[in-house]
Amino acid sequence: MLQFVVRRILQVIPTIIAISLLIFVIFSVVPGSIATSLTANGKGGGDPKIVEKMTREFGLDQPLYVRFGSYLSDLARFDLGTSFRSRQPVAHLIGERMWPTLKLAFAAMAIAMFVGVPLGFIAALRPGSIIDTLTMIGAISGLSLPQFWLGLLGMYLFALTLGWLPSFGYGDGGPANLILPALTLGVAPMALLARTTRAAVLDVMSADFIRTARAKGMNGFRLVTWHVVRNVLVLIITTIGLQFGSMMGQAVVVEKLFSWPGLGSLLVDSVSLRDIPVVQGAILVIVLWFLLINTIVDILYAVIDPRISHG
Amino acid sequence: MMKKIALLSTLTAALLAGVASVHAADAPRAGGTVNFVAPYGDSFSTLDIQASPQTQDEFYAKAIHRTLYDWDADKNVPVLALATDVDISADKLVYTYKLRQDAFFHNGKQMTADDIIASFTRMADPAKAYPPSRYIANIKGGADYMAGKAEAISGLKKMDDFTLEVTLTDPVDPAFLFMRNNTAIYPAGEADKEGFASHPIGLGPYKFAEYVPGSRLTVEKWEKYYEKDKPYADKINILIMGDASARDVAFRNKEIDVSVLGPSQYVAYQADPELAKGLLEVAEVYTRYVGFNLDFEPFKDKRVRQAFNHAINTELIIKRLAKDKAYRASGWLPTSSPAYDKDAQPYAYDPEKAKALLAEAGYADGFDVELTATQNESWGLTIVEAIIPMLEKVGIRVKAKPVEASVLSEVVPAGDFQSFMWSSESGPDALTAMQCFYSKTSQAACNYQKFANADFDKLFEAAKVAKTPEEKNDLLRKANNLVQEEAPVWFFNYNKAVMAYQPWLHGLQPNSAELAIQSYEKLWVDETVPAGR
Repeated sequence: MLQFVVRRILQVIPTIIAISLLIFVIFSVVPGSIATSLTANGKGGGDPKIVEKMTREFGLDQPLYVRFGSYLSDLARFDLGTSFRSRQPVAHLIGERMWPTLKLAFAAMAIAMFVGVPLGFIAALRPGSIIDTLTMIGAISGLSLPQFWLGLLGMYLFALTLGWLPSFGYGDGGPANLILPALTLGVAPMALLARTTRAAVLDVMSADFIRTARAKGMNGFRLVTWHVVRNVLVLIITTIGLQFGSMMGQAVVVEKLFSWPGLGSLLVDSVSLRDIPVVQGAILVIVLWFLLINTIVDILYAVIDPRISHG
Repeated sequence: MMKKIALLSTLTAALLAGVASVHAADAPRAGGTVNFVAPYGDSFSTLDIQASPQTQDEFYAKAIHRTLYDWDADKNVPVLALATDVDISADKLVYTYKLRQDAFFHNGKQMTADDIIASFTRMADPAKAYPPSRYIANIKGGADYMAGKAEAISGLKKMDDFTLEVTLTDPVDPAFLFMRNNTAIYPAGEADKEGFASHPIGLGPYKFAEYVPGSRLTVEKWEKYYEKDKPYADKINILIMGDASARDVAFRNKEIDVSVLGPSQYVAYQADPELAKGLLEVAEVYTRYVGFNLDFEPFKDKRVRQAFNHAINTELIIKRLAKDKAYRASGWLPTSSPAYDKDAQPYAYDPEKAKALLAEAGYADGFDVELTATQNESWGLTIVEAIIPMLEKVGIRVKAKPVEASVLSEVVPAGDFQSFMWSSESGPDALTAMQCFYSKTSQAACNYQKFANADFDKLFEAAKVAKTPEEKNDLLRKANNLVQEEAPVWFFNYNKAVMAYQPWLHGLQPNSAELAIQSYEKLWVDETVPAGR
């Protein structure tokens, strides 16, 4: 197991280099730069002398390979660089945005798991019933509804019509402000989990060993917990891992809509202004998060099902 | 003429509406919290306003900081803020300021001339590209200091703690330079200390309290603010809300006290009897236009440029697409400019005349042209798509070239276009606005069309050294009319900024420089404000 974890960590290094290079190349190919974006400011063009000075100050007059080499060298020392826009360390900017994004991601995933998985089970155990039909209609709707529109609907219903929740913002960081964005972000993974769970349970329920267990007189709660849950767990955990891993990226729209102070809104602003160090840093964190979650999921496989080996 | 009268009536009504809102209740009420909105992005760039050129950052700067001059939105002129008096030399190059002795920073320190000198010197830091350095370049020795050729800015001289002498390189009006919010005065020696960028200290009516990046910045009343009895509100929450739909819900839900409206929301709010009562409309100093590359063969001929203006039914586009949230442009300078010509007529919609002008210019069969534009709702591809068939009718075949905003701000100053659509600042200083048509102004600076006209240059140069404001404005008015006649651009519209406000909020100012940026110290909430605030 230790060997597996070490191997996984070593795999991260080339991934980071490849992603960093990709971002560098993309930003050097696409037109527009931080200097012109910042100085233009929606009021016409900027002062050419300041644009030139800014280009020099940020090292953007250097060739791509020099900038990339310098970035990698800093990264090896765990230095993510300095934001062009705020002139503050990127690590500091990301640090102050991490907790709100993590909080939102955990809350959304909790909603997805604690609602989606039981719904999938119930639907599968009563195939063809009204509960099954309603669950699947809900799941398909949840998967197909755009987050932006769903979020607006939630605002109109829970804030404007019912007056139960604030429509936007972080407030004091309490649950009142968290519920609506978490619901908006959690609906799609919840729907996917419900569908996946239902399909997996139906599949297991038709397996020979279930028929044998039933023939031996086992049924109801014991059958589900002893045989069904254990066998569908690997698939459910895989889905949860993939969804949870990609949640930071998915949170961008929700964070923007609800003025949630997370990594997503920082990333969007930085991309449009070409603040490359922040974009690099934010994407790096998102990628590391994805790799971390997937490594944990891989480890969990072995815990759940000892037949799965990482050797 | 009737249209012009209607336009002016609308503008007057709008301004009166703004003034009325100020005097809506009997007397300002102290206390309470104002929930203001910063709508131009999803975050603030930095809390060091001297390092920022962004309008979005001015929302907190206006609360926390003060500049040497301030913009009086009610009178539409710059006024002294950190000085009580100024003596101007006959050649308009030396300004001697008597500084306020009642201005205190939020750390308790009294402001002196040293703070202003230190702030201006920091903005010109040779190692940094601070945006306000462009204004410091107008101070004698500023350029040398920025180039690393001098130890200090020679044009800044401390006479005593409360007397400052500023020598300029040219007779420009420093009020328009040092009223910019990013020329804020910091306490000397504090700005580069660790922590300043996360806990800014200023001279403004409110002191920094809390910042939740990407969500909210809260400021609290500064008891030692120099304007007596102000600010009125105890606290301002500046809420970062870049999404218009989310702002709409929050405003209707009474969570925010103001909202900046786009064209479609403007229509919806006007249609609602309750919401329509709280709309503040102002002609802002932004001109929307299509700029022509005068090196592009067809646009070298004035008649082609005039034909472009005659070919488009501008009124129809303003009505249908801009939803009347714009004022028809009759020239470069907007209606709120002191040099605006009230009698100037916009180009009439006349396709036949356009065809005739094109034929006269040798383009009877028309020509093809590329138009670079962004996705902007008010001055982007939506408008371009509407003018394409109108221009095609007279033979101008336009091909739209979509780009991102950051790309437009790179290709236009570089001259990499045949034509482009943009919105540019055309005030509040008419001289600065007209400088963009002066032949000695580079394309990279703002003369994007590379406009060069000897008669214009004479008028502009005379305006620079005019003895009185009246003389200056008269010359600039003539220069503006000449630009209209020469038509280096398609004159589309001047922005009509619209702000919705809640009935309990008072003291809003009709700020033509940027309506959304308000002097918070003048805002107050009456007793009908929602409970808990």
